[in-house]
Amino acid sequence: MMRRALSALLLVFLAATSASAQLAVRGKKIYTMAGPVVEDGVVIIREGKVAAIGRAADVAIPAGFKVLEAAVVTPGLIDARSVVGLAGYFNHKHDQDQLERSSPMQPELRAVDSYNTREALIEWVRGYGVTTLHTGHAPGELISGQTMIVKTTGNTVEDAVMVPTAGISLTLGPGSLRGGGQSPGTRGKQMSMLRARLLEAKSYLESLEPREKKPAKAGEEEKNTPPVNLGLAALASVLRKEVPLLITAHRAQDIASALRLKKEFDFRMILDGGAEAYLLIDELKKAGVPVIIHPSMARFNGALQNASFETAARLKKAGLKVAMQSGYESYVPKTRVVLFEAAVAAANGLGFESALELITTSAAGILGISDRVGSLAVGKDGDLALFDGDPFEYTTHCVGTIIEGRLVSEISR
Amino acid sequence: MLKIACTLLILTLAQWTSALAQEVPHAFTGAKIIPVEGEPIEAGTLLVEAGVIKALGPAGKVAIPATAKRFDLKGKVVIPGLICTHSHIGGIGGGDGSGPVQPDVRIYDSLNVRDSGFRRAVAGGLTALNIMPGSGHLLSGQTVYVKLRGSKTIEGLCLRDKDGRILGGMKMANGTNSQRAAPFPGTRSKSAALMRAEFIRAGEYRDKLAAALDDPEKKPPRDLRLEGLVEVLEGRRVVHHHTHRHDDIMTVLRLSREFGFRVVLHHVSEGWMVAEEIARAKVPCSIILVDSPGGKLEAVNLVFKTGGILEKAGVLTAFHTDDWITDSRLFLRMAGLGVRGGMSREAGLEALTLAGAKMLDLDKRIGSLKVGKDADFVILNGDPLSVYTKVLETWVEGRKVFDRGDPDDLLHAVGGYGAGVDQDPYHCCFGEEGGGR
Repeated sequence: MMRRALSALLLVFLAATSASAQLAVRGKKIYTMAGPVVEDGVVIIREGKVAAIGRAADVAIPAGFKVLEAAVVTPGLIDARSVVGLAGYFNHKHDQDQLERSSPMQPELRAVDSYNTREALIEWVRGYGVTTLHTGHAPGELISGQTMIVKTTGNTVEDAVMVPTAGISLTLGPGSLRGGGQSPGTRGKQMSMLRARLLEAKSYLESLEPREKKPAKAGEEEKNTPPVNLGLAALASVLRKEVPLLITAHRAQDIASALRLKKEFDFRMILDGGAEAYLLIDELKKAGVPVIIHPSMARFNGALQNASFETAARLKKAGLKVAMQSGYESYVPKTRVVLFEAAVAAANGLGFESALELITTSAAGILGISDRVGSLAVGKDGDLALFDGDPFEYTTHCVGTIIEGRLVSEISR
Repeated sequence: MLKIACTLLILTLAQWTSALAQEVPHAFTGAKIIPVEGEPIEAGTLLVEAGVIKALGPAGKVAIPATAKRFDLKGKVVIPGLICTHSHIGGIGGGDGSGPVQPDVRIYDSLNVRDSGFRRAVAGGLTALNIMPGSGHLLSGQTVYVKLRGSKTIEGLCLRDKDGRILGGMKMANGTNSQRAAPFPGTRSKSAALMRAEFIRAGEYRDKLAAALDDPEKKPPRDLRLEGLVEVLEGRRVVHHHTHRHDDIMTVLRLSREFGFRVVLHHVSEGWMVAEEIARAKVPCSIILVDSPGGKLEAVNLVFKTGGILEKAGVLTAFHTDDWITDSRLFLRMAGLGVRGGMSREAGLEALTLAGAKMLDLDKRIGSLKVGKDADFVILNGDPLSVYTKVLETWVEGRKVFDRGDPDDLLHAVGGYGAGVDQDPYHCCFGEEGGGR
């Protein structure tokens, strides 16, 4: 009885909270990314979801709805690869949780255990329309740990998280080489270490599978069950294709190694970075590998010495799936803003709508979250970004960000 | 014999051609000209001769000599060459770490003119730079002002005064970059104390030199460190001072008042907190806008509105790339972000050009399109502040140094396979343990 009363109270409370989330957004131009641009349109958000969308003349705004207006409305933006929330803006040891250096391969490290919801850079990117982040462990070790997908609000990581394990971060090439006689010291050693660990994970998986297929009788179970190994369990999920390997590689030879590894172990792969991906377009297409391209304005040195402003355009035109990222920055600026990076891609061969896809539909598709975010359609999350002009122009401002029907940023930036 | 004759002929021709490029007037017609000093001219004419601007005005108001080579720029936009007041291109490395004060070190002894950074700089429309060492020292050394003329040697790039002296400033820094293990200072007070002691010694040295007049017997022995500082005290070398935090900015103003040196404040992340004080001190600011705050403790309060606030306070404000902190190819973007943060469009463009020229004492020669000034300009295909606009050509002293239509230039403008000749990362703290404080 008591319990039922509490439930009823909770329901009333929830209803009261969501009442404030009844919101309508009018836009001179609404890029739904699910169909043609809606001129002079309106989006109705009810209970955090898009309830209606169309021309203002056709869609009535229900009484009592708060109404916001903007020149340009887009879906909430998706940053397809970030470390925001783990790599804090103070850039001191106490707020740098994106990379654990104690060992070169630690696939068991979960992003949810390092995510600081009060990190200032979350608010910063949210102010530029970013509503969804694929964030987590940074490139820099052979296997640095897991990534996750969050919304850019939430008091706790549990509030914020959409996908707790979205990928496992792996780095090939100079980015994960170790000095001082430690392994991996060469590219060859990187591959041998990875192959050995993936073979181990394969055995681990095989030792689990009989039990899962046919539950063992009492007594037998003990014998067949290997001791729990968090790292191998994480890699087993990769071999089962439940979780993709997010492989950071820039030089063509390192991208080729990643494809070789994929061929041997048959996992889902997302190429991260890909500065020289334009040299291997056919190979990437054949392997069906999507690319989360390096930020357009990444520094063109080291492994990125042959990077190009036009790579996103070249890959997209060739028919590859491409998304844009803010990536990892070790110094200043501590994070990039995916809106700005897509803007430079837009201006370098990609064009406006394709560039917008990099941070909306394409990103959602690659990350497997299209059912909820990336475009504006009835039933999808009420995540919107509002602008006072072309979102990619330097002088345009983001004037509002909405997540699940709540206005979470309203300072003009 | 024939071979020699041929060679001679070619040599003569080459000389003749290069002379021609300078001597034959060039007339650029039809573009919207934004001279920065003066009102924009729709469909204007720019006449260039012998490396300088001969005439400038609306079509029909500029007499084009019959011998002039004509360039039809209808639909294009012409702006002055961009000036970066703070760059680290040229493979100059991180700086010598043996001590915190090194006024004897000249950056031009470290510069590699073949560094790919120069190709990217002209692709971004840059025509003049202040290349600086540092900022991991209290005083990192002498900076150099260069023109991106394209030269085999650094001597060909350096700007000089009428006596042939190479022009440059002095790079200084306070705050956390220069706080390191001994012999570097550990606190802000120690940083200021070390610099005060150096300037006092330099003042004594200057007085001894003055007292000796021209008597070699009485002259103190040459001291390269103190000679550099004396140039600062005498105002012949402007201090370019890295400083972020509001209190560090005030410390620079305090030291500049005490020793009377001329100073430009650089970066100035918290300048918006003390804009009135900076304005009262009549000290200019060279600022940078990066895409997020933080990365180091001193930059956590960095905002896009700094330019607008300084403009309203009446502070002379320029932008810099700090290349490779930001890429020279995207320098126009800096003004776009400044305007986004509240600057006027005019001040935004001036901050890329004339304001920087003033800070380098070069505004009589460069920084705006004005008769008599060097013919340094950029041809764009649209609004200078639009992301979609491209630098089509960059001209320095009447010669084209970048042409987007040239495949090799395009490779450096856009990037791609073969563009990557590594630039040496310069920064003191990058990748070091506890670096980027």
